[in-house]
Amino acid sequence: MGNVRILEIKESVYADNDRQADQLRAELKEQKVFLLNLMSSPGSGKTTTLLRTIEALKDEFAIGVMEADIDSAVDAETISQTGVKSIQLHTGGMCHLDAGMTRQGIAGLDTSNVDLAILENVGNLVCPAEFDTGASKNAMILSVPEGHDKPLKYPLMFQISDVVLINKIDVLPYFDFNLELAKQYIHQRNPKAQVFPICAKTGEGIDAWVAWLREQIRDWRG
Amino acid sequence: MHELGVTFHIMDHLERVAEENQAVKICKVTLELGEVSTVIESYLQNCWKWAAAKRPLFEEAELVVETLPAITFCEECDQTYATVEHGKICPYCGSGSTYLLQGNEFNIKEIEVE
Repeated sequence: MGNVRILEIKESVYADNDRQADQLRAELKEQKVFLLNLMSSPGSGKTTTLLRTIEALKDEFAIGVMEADIDSAVDAETISQTGVKSIQLHTGGMCHLDAGMTRQGIAGLDTSNVDLAILENVGNLVCPAEFDTGASKNAMILSVPEGHDKPLKYPLMFQISDVVLINKIDVLPYFDFNLELAKQYIHQRNPKAQVFPICAKTGEGIDAWVAWLREQIRDWRG
Repeated sequence: MHELGVTFHIMDHLERVAEENQAVKICKVTLELGEVSTVIESYLQNCWKWAAAKRPLFEEAELVVETLPAITFCEECDQTYATVEHGKICPYCGSGSTYLLQGNEFNIKEIEVE
């Protein structure tokens, strides 16, 4: 044994990522780029919701999309059909994106002419909540078939989300999903969360969500 | 749930710490893990072994995980209780107005280097 030393670290495993995220957020603010981090379970309708959102905002803002997936490029191909810039990020098996990977994505997307950058995170309600990506705002989608008790089961995801979209409200009559209870559970976890019931497929409720997002982007860009 | 991801995070961070302190080898890493953090110790140990074998600095690094018990506080009756056993509902008064005092920590406490 040579010179063994003890180095005290005494900080959260996530602290290093949090610092990188704050740094990225500050740089994006400087560049007037609004970064939206969109999270949800697999199959909740992230890509369809994005298509609606892009359709509503693409004449006002230059939009760029980063699609994070463990593998495949199906989502990026769908998004590219709208005419906005899109890239696929492969996480190489990782269940979430962190600030470092988001920075690489932003560089790959080239946001010099982008007002609104959207990160479609990996479909997962646990890991993405632990890692700050450096986004201006966090949005999540809870779809009706998943059940109204998800905020109780995945509290952190609902705590860190600025806005919750309750998607697939067209199938409400067929599921035991209590919309009022869902809102109550969300607000128990996060009293400040905005909640918008939507149906990405029919477009119902999209206007209210887009109006909220538009205001956030304008506030951010000053 | 994401043990491999956090293992990479810890190692990336500690490689920088080692460089800043001119350390050539990491002998031991001590983590503090809350009982209700989302990380499972046995998975973490397995991921650690796999990742450490690929990084020279960590080849001989022992991973020590200290568990922090989860404790919940009840706002209704001002008592504390064991979270893992009783969950969100206070076992003394039945109230749901409770919050976690400790138990979701995931900290790097210290490292031993040469």
